[in-house]
Amino acid sequence: MGQNAATTAFAPWNDPDANPLIRFENVTKRFGDFTAVNNLNLTVYEREFFALLGASGCGKTTLLRMLAGFETPTSGHILLDGQHINGVPPNKRAVNMMFQSYALFPHLSVWDNIAFGLRRTKMEKDEIGDRVQEMLRLTQLEPFGRRKPHQLSGGQRQRVALARSLAKAPKLLLLDEPLAALDKKLRQETQFELMDIQEKTGTTFVIVTHDQEEAMTVASRVAVMNKGNLLQVATPGEIYEGPNSVYVADFIGEVNIIEGTAKIVGPDELAIQYSENAPPIHAKIETEGFSDGQSVSYAIRPEKIGVSLTQDDPRPNKVKGTVIDIAYLGSTSTYHVRLDCGQMFSAQMTNVRRIEHREITWEDTVWLSWSNSAGLVLVK
Amino acid sequence: MNLRRLLIVIVPYAWLVGLFLIPFLIILKISLSDTAIAIPPYTPTLDLSAGWAGIKEFFSELDLENYYFLWTDSLYWKSFVSSITIATISTFLTLLVGFPIAYAMARAPSAWRPTLMMLVILPFWTSFLIRVYSWMGILSTNGFLNNFLMWTGLIDSPFHILNTPTAVYIGIVYTYLPFMILPIYSTLEKMDISLLEAAEDLGCTSRSAFWLVTVPLARYGIIAGCFLVFIPVNGEFVIPSLLGGSRINMIGKVLWDEFFNNRDWPVASAVAIILLLILVVPIVLFQRVQQKQEEATV
Ligand SMILES: Nc1ncnc2c1ncn2[C@@H]1O[C@H](COP(=O)(O)OP(=O)(O)O)[C@@H](O)[C@H]1O
Ligand SMILES: [Mg+2]
Repeated sequence: MGQNAATTAFAPWNDPDANPLIRFENVTKRFGDFTAVNNLNLTVYEREFFALLGASGCGKTTLLRMLAGFETPTSGHILLDGQHINGVPPNKRAVNMMFQSYALFPHLSVWDNIAFGLRRTKMEKDEIGDRVQEMLRLTQLEPFGRRKPHQLSGGQRQRVALARSLAKAPKLLLLDEPLAALDKKLRQETQFELMDIQEKTGTTFVIVTHDQEEAMTVASRVAVMNKGNLLQVATPGEIYEGPNSVYVADFIGEVNIIEGTAKIVGPDELAIQYSENAPPIHAKIETEGFSDGQSVSYAIRPEKIGVSLTQDDPRPNKVKGTVIDIAYLGSTSTYHVRLDCGQMFSAQMTNVRRIEHREITWEDTVWLSWSNSAGLVLVK
Repeated sequence: MNLRRLLIVIVPYAWLVGLFLIPFLIILKISLSDTAIAIPPYTPTLDLSAGWAGIKEFFSELDLENYYFLWTDSLYWKSFVSSITIATISTFLTLLVGFPIAYAMARAPSAWRPTLMMLVILPFWTSFLIRVYSWMGILSTNGFLNNFLMWTGLIDSPFHILNTPTAVYIGIVYTYLPFMILPIYSTLEKMDISLLEAAEDLGCTSRSAFWLVTVPLARYGIIAGCFLVFIPVNGEFVIPSLLGGSRINMIGKVLWDEFFNNRDWPVASAVAIILLLILVVPIVLFQRVQQKQEEATV
């Protein structure tokens, strides 16, 4: 899918001839009898900005540490640029890692921190100086070269860690929750800086995060993990619009999940009955693989549902309910609506009017409506 | 309102003046006096009843004679040199033994660490003198060590360890080891293990990561440990007396002999003053390191 995008779009994962930079082949990692990463297959391509997304403890860091060489897979293979790297120690890999704690050397200046990796190579002294200078410029740290890490702010330290891990021009840069320690505003700015730096240097980035907005912002593709399993790998758009499971739909952004039974009512149309007292939801969807009476989950994003005081909306799915709660979020408001049958829905509307002129309020009877292609039907 | 604050300032100063400065001045005064067969065994003594003339008289009798004597008799400067040498070598040996122990403790599972710490401190619960005596029992020609080695058949005739420098070093390293281990352990324990991973990630072998990261980060602990051993070992006299026999001359022993055997308090005081002057340099350095460390951890 999505093949109709402009030909210039960067999408090597759709090219069957492209050689991946990283390939995980049936990789499993166990700690004792606890499985941290379970039989995982994954490919990452050169120049990608790849995000590993999942709740805390799902195995993201373990996956990253296997790439860096700090952990070896219990079974399976990891290939970097076509080479098996299972037994290669961290100091022999063209991979660098930016640690979650930054791990800056407290006894060395910013300059020496950045030069640390270069000094372990056969590089000439002048070259090292030039390279460090270049890194300082790239990360806008030029005035701070002589400072020690404890004399820097959180954001500056984060940039030193980035500069240090990029200094050796690795093929692959691993970033473990690089922005988790920053406050929200700085985090958003830094996300764009990261993207900018990734583009300028052309390095492949694999970033770990538990923040879905961050993953959606920065990544070319996102992998969603849960309990050591890879659930879905796709572009941010695909994952948002086409989650392949209830877990992914729920993890990425807000969603209404409605449990019901399916009935095939047309060549590519399903009706989902979720209550005896409400009309079924109609969904335009490939009906292959579905059967009448099958229990399914219908997932629909709040912003795809319209709220109105009248019945005039022409969209085919329409139900009546009562406004229970309104969450005012500035540019949008989320309406929590209870249908007469008891089912709850969230619907999101842009606030085109000032809040004091809002026409819908608590306890109002409203009509929710959405098109029959707005939602997804997911099988457990 | 400021009375409280004044009190807080005065108490430590009063402590220092009463228990350090005044005794120091008394020793300094004695070191400038002459021996006498009297109680106390030196002259002059300050006679305030004679008024101003008495004070003038008192000061006119003080001189540097004893220091000159220390300078001319080679016994003294030789024992100073020997003390400093022994202190230096045993500080180094203690570091050699102490660092790996501190390192192992800091890397042990955290559940074990309090126990290991306890084991390091445990010897302090028995008398220092008894512990040194027991080393005599272990190291003597008919001692445990020789008996054990002969029993295993490793040696045919006993080693002579007691009353040699080796015995003194063993005694010092054993006694002062905790002073080396604890400061090093406390710096190593605080160290973030991910720093070593970062070093390896950037191309270090685990050995070069040790020298480039672990050792520099432990440096304040190492320096503090070295001072904590070096400074008191200089004045040590029990260990050289009991384990070193007559051939080992350390300044602490000389001091003891002057005070208790010769009853020459003025010379003994002069020795004590010189020892203090020698140790002022490392003590001041030690203070500065401590200060730096505090700044670095803020
Ligand atoms: N060295 C280890 N020994 C035992 N268990 C570990 C080890 N490293 C990680 N784990 C476990 O593996 C799971 C996944 O950890 P991690 O990869 O750090 O998760 P994430 O980074 O996604 O939060 C966790 O439950 C963690 O307790
Ligand atoms: Mg993690």
